[in-house]
Amino acid sequence: MSEAYNQRRGKTASDMPPIETVTINVIVNGKPERLTVEPRMTLLDALREELALTGTKKGCDRGECGACTVHIEGRRVLSCMTLAAMQDKRRVTTIEGLVQDARLHRLQEAFIEHDGFQCGFCTSGQIMSGVALIEEARAGWPSAATEDLRSPFDIGDLSEAEIRERMSGNLCRCACYPNIVDAVAEAAARR
Amino acid sequence: MHPFALSRADNLGTAIAAHSQDPDLAFIAGGTDLIGLMKDHATFPERLLDINHLPGLARIEARADGGMRIGALARMSDVAADMEVRLRFPVIAESLLFAASGQLRNMASIGGNIMQRTRCAYFRDETDGRCNKRSPGAGCAALHGLNRNHAIFGWSESCVATNPSDLAVALAAMDAIVIVRGQAGERRIWFKDFHRLPGSTPERDNILDRGDLIVAVEVPANTEARASHYLKVRDRASYEFALVSAAAAVATEDRRIRSARLAMGGVAHKPWRLTAAESALRGISLDDIDGLRSAIAVSFLDARPLAHNAFKIELAQRAALRALQTAGARI
Repeated sequence: MSEAYNQRRGKTASDMPPIETVTINVIVNGKPERLTVEPRMTLLDALREELALTGTKKGCDRGECGACTVHIEGRRVLSCMTLAAMQDKRRVTTIEGLVQDARLHRLQEAFIEHDGFQCGFCTSGQIMSGVALIEEARAGWPSAATEDLRSPFDIGDLSEAEIRERMSGNLCRCACYPNIVDAVAEAAARR
Repeated sequence: MHPFALSRADNLGTAIAAHSQDPDLAFIAGGTDLIGLMKDHATFPERLLDINHLPGLARIEARADGGMRIGALARMSDVAADMEVRLRFPVIAESLLFAASGQLRNMASIGGNIMQRTRCAYFRDETDGRCNKRSPGAGCAALHGLNRNHAIFGWSESCVATNPSDLAVALAAMDAIVIVRGQAGERRIWFKDFHRLPGSTPERDNILDRGDLIVAVEVPANTEARASHYLKVRDRASYEFALVSAAAAVATEDRRIRSARLAMGGVAHKPWRLTAAESALRGISLDDIDGLRSAIAVSFLDARPLAHNAFKIELAQRAALRALQTAGARI
């Protein structure tokens, strides 16, 4: 890469700009963390390499597979397409933060009950995405599978087609999709 | 990614001044396109200016006259979920819901969405393939390469890429206005004039200059918008860019078309408005399928397919027809 960069910019390695760092304060899984990172470090790499939170997985690193899904301020995002340095003062939740009072989140339980994974590599992202999806549906957000956009979405209408559409940003190479859909449906129905 | 510096903009004027003076500075909002471009070595900004904290740019305003003003920093998911957008401009809500994934829609801004660069595989090729958009003068590998996904209208020998934004197609159909703040103040750009055809300078996707920042998109009220629809045709059912897409809106009197709006995605370097078809559709009944089909065909007389995408000519006309019929069913 740096060769392409140097060629493009007509520069040699010796006149590359000095590497700067940025210090940020973030709340990760409820815990305040102070991080000093290069601006080019993604949130994904910061979580895994700086905070040793390796539950969040690096799949494609291009925003195509969803394995790196985490929540920022309660919303699902792709941590591979997010710069850590831009998250100052934000609240980040990873798969490690879903456990409350030593109890798994109801969607984690549902994944176990419904056998929603084989190799497990996409599972953290699937679960983080599913947890947020249920909240989005509760907030009345429609999807591309919603028939009528003119009224707020009712979580009671969270059909298989709705779940599949809303989970389409999370790929599973083991193709556990039917069981993942069942797990999300059950967690959505349970309160 | 290459090393770069990052700072935060707190003031619109300062941000614009910084951008106008520094050719190696790029604005970053959601980052969902820019970070991908940097990872693919398609762009190498030395400084990023984080504009997410500029005040007042994320508002979604429903106006008393029936129009909307959507701040450039509003996120795709918020705009798609907005009840007024859904009621007034279903085609816009649908174009957003059919784009990207739930995660990306939470991140990506409206301004960034219409700035996103082509998904042409040669442009995105991190081994630095032949592409005039990446390296002006390098040539176009797609022209005689694998061009199934490429343009059938308005392309040049320099570039056959298509614009990947779904939202842009809907905004083109609605005659939206891009509100841009630059060094000389604010200006309003008709959506049809915002994106460019490639010509001999395909490295420029749109007409913005250094020091320009999109602050909002305005969608004026129109009589067709409530009966509007966005249809996206793609290789996968979800989470995929369009082969072709159609934004349609229609107003009728006793089933006859009084006025129609049609724009297409996946067919050109910019959203492609079917103006000839719109004129030809006037007076035709929504029940006269052959009449509708013939009117749409008027806009395809000048289609110029490449080696692998002639199928788009038929596919696009069928998509336009179906989008128009679905829009018509909403009257």
